[in-house]
Amino acid sequence: MIRTTRSWRIAAAAVAAGLTLAACGTTDDEGGDSDSESAAGGDAACDVSLAFFGPQTGPAAGLGQPIIQGAQLAIDQYNADAECEVGYELIDSQGSPDQAPSLATEAAGNEAIIGVVGPAFSGESDAAGPIFAEAGLPTISPSATNPTLAENGWDTFHRALGNDATQGPAAAKYIAETLQAKSVFVIDDASEYGAGLAGIVEDELGDTVVGQDTIQVGDTDFSATVTAVTSSKADTVFFGGYYAEAALIVSQLRDRGYEGTFVVADGVKDPGFLEGAKDAAEGTIITCPCIPAEDPAVADFAAAYEEEFGEAPGTYAAEAYDAANIFLEGIATGIDNREDLLTWVNEYDEQGVTKQLKFDETGEPADVHVYAYSVEGGEIVSDQEIE
Amino acid sequence: MDLNFSFFFSNFPELTITGLAFGAIYALIALGYTMVYGVLQLINFAHSEVFMYGTFACLWFTMAMVGDGNPGGVKTLAILLGALLAAMAMSAVVALILERVAYRPLIKRNAPRLIALISAIGASFVLAELMGLRDRVAGWVGLDDDLRDYVGRARINNSMPNIVDNKVLFQVGNADVRMVDLIVIISAVVMMVAVDQFVRRSRLGRGIRATAQDPETAALMGVNSTRVIQLTFLLGGLMAGVAAFLYMLKIEVTKFDAGFLLGVKAFTAAVLGGIGNLRGALVGGLVLGVVENWGSAILGTEWRHVVAFVLLVVILLFRPTGILGESLGKART
Repeated sequence: MIRTTRSWRIAAAAVAAGLTLAACGTTDDEGGDSDSESAAGGDAACDVSLAFFGPQTGPAAGLGQPIIQGAQLAIDQYNADAECEVGYELIDSQGSPDQAPSLATEAAGNEAIIGVVGPAFSGESDAAGPIFAEAGLPTISPSATNPTLAENGWDTFHRALGNDATQGPAAAKYIAETLQAKSVFVIDDASEYGAGLAGIVEDELGDTVVGQDTIQVGDTDFSATVTAVTSSKADTVFFGGYYAEAALIVSQLRDRGYEGTFVVADGVKDPGFLEGAKDAAEGTIITCPCIPAEDPAVADFAAAYEEEFGEAPGTYAAEAYDAANIFLEGIATGIDNREDLLTWVNEYDEQGVTKQLKFDETGEPADVHVYAYSVEGGEIVSDQEIE
Repeated sequence: MDLNFSFFFSNFPELTITGLAFGAIYALIALGYTMVYGVLQLINFAHSEVFMYGTFACLWFTMAMVGDGNPGGVKTLAILLGALLAAMAMSAVVALILERVAYRPLIKRNAPRLIALISAIGASFVLAELMGLRDRVAGWVGLDDDLRDYVGRARINNSMPNIVDNKVLFQVGNADVRMVDLIVIISAVVMMVAVDQFVRRSRLGRGIRATAQDPETAALMGVNSTRVIQLTFLLGGLMAGVAAFLYMLKIEVTKFDAGFLLGVKAFTAAVLGGIGNLRGALVGGLVLGVVENWGSAILGTEWRHVVAFVLLVVILLFRPTGILGESLGKART
């Protein structure tokens, strides 16, 4: 047994020395990358990487997976013919704004990363945005929908999909015109994304809204909210939030005999919702600015995705594919640094698989679409595009 | 801040009943905290994980038995009973392991209570993360493929097959009283009474009370303190197992960190009712569940947790020993 104070001191000194050496080791690796120049002979840039920033693990991991794979497909297709392969880093934020700033700082410090597909969620985009902007690291989010993100004046911010300023009114329009709802109860989860979207829907629906409640992410018992819904006699419920809570809420609503329509948005479009809610999910309407996998425009992409990953493309996989391809086309022309890549993205104007990809000065795409999906027979099927 | 009193009053029966149902779950978990504190003056932070493991045992047993089909009648009852026993067994085992590994070495050495507390917190994280990384652990023994349904998706919500038809049994005022809520409330009260009677009347129970009152004298009187401590943890674990089964019946979803918030609330309930007092755990739990629901109705669900903890502070300000006050050691025969 180590009993003497002297032994403890020696051990402590050894540990401290070991940690310092380990830290030195890491800095050396990163230093190596930033020293490399682009190949003089070849066209494309070398020794560059793209990064994914979003939930690889955590409660919303289901939403991160298709994005990771969508971008992966684009990179693999590029690397198949390329002289210099583009690297792919996965930065796992668990979808939470808590870790986002420090992870973003780490990514910004890694000189090899010249483009980020992400951040995936609005909360973490808000937290990490200033850091990416300061580092001049261009980001294209395939899924963050909060409209205020584009209003921060970040030159590096772009998104490859319509934001909630279009999704919200589209959802409200669907509720008012297609569902012909007379009374709507709005629930949100106090998150940047959920509260933002629910707020927009509430404003759009005006007097049709008969009640409102806010829940917390991570809660499991929603009996008070369910009581509020049933006593308000609303014929439709709109929930702004992610699939974990949505599954519990709809389960508990149906359990207490609620028969109205449950409408949710893109944060719920995930198999995790079906698994969590089981039979209660039936008939749920889901809006999403993401293109359905059966749409002919994405047919080739969907086939290639299925071949590589053995499953149909999930939510935002196609948008992530488009985002990665914007970066990759820039890299193919020889761009190997963040500044030039940012200019490339800002000036980009081509047809992607999901839409015409062109960003305005705030980073918003010019061409946006919102689609409605519904849960039928235990599957999420596409319903129509909301015009 | 708009206070929605009209909604509260018109739905008072329903809010109270659903509040009692969740409060009953708090009460059963609180029992574990309060007993260990009464006997050892130790706050067993890892008790929330004892509960969480119970929920997973219940989930896995039900998944294994149900498969795809929907069993009816007697088979459902048998599966439910099995799930209850599985949850109780798992929670009891985890509680006993916890006692043996995290606390007994410290208690034997008369370590300061602060050290035991830190050990408790550490044990809590270890147990929770083990469950959250169960797919890797299964991978070490090469079972992650076969057990994919059970160990896969380790960090997100896992849901239990729904085999209970939650029908309305009767009405109170304009509120529907549903089967699951009634089962939860009645089971909790029955279990509480059972444990209370056990501690008050049986020989082993007397040993627990004696050790709580004065460990040294109890030892002199021939009470085996190690056995008593094991028994305390065992009882707390069994009750957490019942709570886990009832929680899964009601919520049907669990996760590796599901114990955390519930544990904090249950501990709050134990303190609210009087830490160390078994009946206090029941009262505290039910009061907490109901007041949380009322608060959610009046202020909005986002204030739920704030209401719970404000209640705790207010009660302690006026009655520092909690609602029922007296502790395990001082309980009259």
